[in-house]
Amino acid sequence: MTLFLEQLLNGVQFGIMLFLLAAGLTLIFGIMGVINLAHGSIYMIGAYAGTWVAARTGSFWLGIPAALAAAAFAGLAIEFLVVRRLYGRDHLDQVLATFGLILIFNQAVTMIFGRQPLFVAIPSLLDGSVELLPGLVYPVYRLAIIAVGLLVAVGLYLLINRTRIGMLVRAGSTNREMVRALGVDVRLLYTLVFGLGALLAGLAGFMAGPILAVQVGMGEQILITTFVVVVIGGVGSIRGAFFASLILGVVDTGLRAYLPGLLRHVMVGPDADALGAGISSMGIYLLMAIVLLIRPKGLFIRNS
Amino acid sequence: MEKSFKQPALLAIVLIALIALPIVADAAGYASLTSLATRVLIYGIAAASLNLVLGYGGMVSFGHAAFFGIGGYVVGILYQHYSLDEPLFGFISGSNQLLVTLPAAIIVSGIMAAAIGALSLRTGGVQFIMITLAFAQMLFFLFVSLKTYGGDDGLIIRRTNELAGLNMRDKQTFYYVCLSIAMLFFVVLWRIVNSRFGNVLVGLRQSGKRMAAIGLPAYRYKLMAFVISGMGCGLAGALMANFLRFTSPDMMHWTKSGELMIMVILGGVGTLFGPLVGAAVFTVLESVLASWTENWQLALGFILLFVVLYTQGGVQAAFARLFGKHA
Repeated sequence: MTLFLEQLLNGVQFGIMLFLLAAGLTLIFGIMGVINLAHGSIYMIGAYAGTWVAARTGSFWLGIPAALAAAAFAGLAIEFLVVRRLYGRDHLDQVLATFGLILIFNQAVTMIFGRQPLFVAIPSLLDGSVELLPGLVYPVYRLAIIAVGLLVAVGLYLLINRTRIGMLVRAGSTNREMVRALGVDVRLLYTLVFGLGALLAGLAGFMAGPILAVQVGMGEQILITTFVVVVIGGVGSIRGAFFASLILGVVDTGLRAYLPGLLRHVMVGPDADALGAGISSMGIYLLMAIVLLIRPKGLFIRNS
Repeated sequence: MEKSFKQPALLAIVLIALIALPIVADAAGYASLTSLATRVLIYGIAAASLNLVLGYGGMVSFGHAAFFGIGGYVVGILYQHYSLDEPLFGFISGSNQLLVTLPAAIIVSGIMAAAIGALSLRTGGVQFIMITLAFAQMLFFLFVSLKTYGGDDGLIIRRTNELAGLNMRDKQTFYYVCLSIAMLFFVVLWRIVNSRFGNVLVGLRQSGKRMAAIGLPAYRYKLMAFVISGMGCGLAGALMANFLRFTSPDMMHWTKSGELMIMVILGGVGTLFGPLVGAAVFTVLESVLASWTENWQLALGFILLFVVLYTQGGVQAAFARLFGKHA
């Protein structure tokens, strides 16, 4: 039972990480209609910048502003130099141009930091574990990630539902032309949204540092998973992204934790582990396929 | 709308050049050019197949490397069962005959394309891009986990498939086999895009509503195009497995799908020979850049950005505008 709860928490934690990426991705797609494959690169840039500064200064906390600043700067540069030219172009152009960005960023990061992964230590404040329930000991750092993610979710909810910018964002995702006609500086709005998305991606990247290895290519793997989240949740819906992230995080973690064990009942150990790992990796895509077959526009979009 | 075949002189020159290439390459002391050209032909087949859905049908499939990989694995798996002499599923015997493995690769990838296409085409737009990507990823992870067939190490095909007493290990011979198959393929593709079916496909890209108004079932046409395109990629994958004498999950990795799309857009979307040109540009660019610097992907990224942002229609269109003639 405690093991199950622990896996559940791991799933939630993974889901929260996905949400930080998916929120930006779905905002950018929902409002500007741009498929940004380079979102994973921003995640990687945040991770590298933060981890590097943290390792150099010996302070985890200094890594946070470094990660956020680097990610936001990279995001704004991408928007200004490339994505700005892709509004209104077809998806193929967007996919290919941002695919080109992935190649550029991966190679640039390799040239600057080398091929060796970077590591950062968890700060003493967040190190160690707490006993949540009798027998359920859980790392503080992962709990902190969950807390940060929930805070961001609440913040985004308030931003989008309670502020003027949020109102424009919502209006922009429904009818771009109308918002422009009302005299709103849509270009500035786009830039702000893109910067916000980049900021969240950078935050996710830095927080992932102590759990995963910070290495070239870390962005692409999670990017595709994030796209699955966005599509399952419904493109453009923050609420959808939130719930889909949690569902997907839990499903993915659950499959990885339990499937090899189940398969071992019917086949020999190593084969079961390999096949189990394979099927668990396929699990989220299977989930997405099923969801799309039932609701082609995603779970949280009202079918019109 | 296809003018390429109306320029028989140009076509004849290119064809003669392609036939003469290995002989000239050998004479000039650049024997490796033949291998490069073989890769170009194979990728050209794959890219042109993708272009049928991408360029003519307007369906942005981000998962076509799956069919490329399936084609490769059909060859690899049949070869493994042939060399171990144990039938597949207990009743299908393995094979090392190109005349068996190629059709098998085409059929299997066609069946897979029918299944994946039937499901994916229920969606459109960004969902279509993502669901095709998802299916390709599923297959990628499936083959990574299939230890029987090499897992992520892939399968080594010790000898190239046999064909009618030819020495297939000879690079020139294999090049000519690929060239013949590619020629056949492009003739078939030319017939397809210039048929009524091809016109309907283009019509669907331009306006689904209009086609529906005429009473044409969009889904069925799109699915048919998807299947044909999957079969073409399977054929290319089977040839590639023979060429490399190796097949691995990397053949269906999502970056491979991206590369195929790059070839299409480099050469020109929605043109018959554009993808072949794109495959040539990409493959040559890759090997030239790689020989200059180990950071060739950086350069490739910038070139790709430039092409997408500024050429609007790839190399063919850029040339057409440069020389002021309408391609």
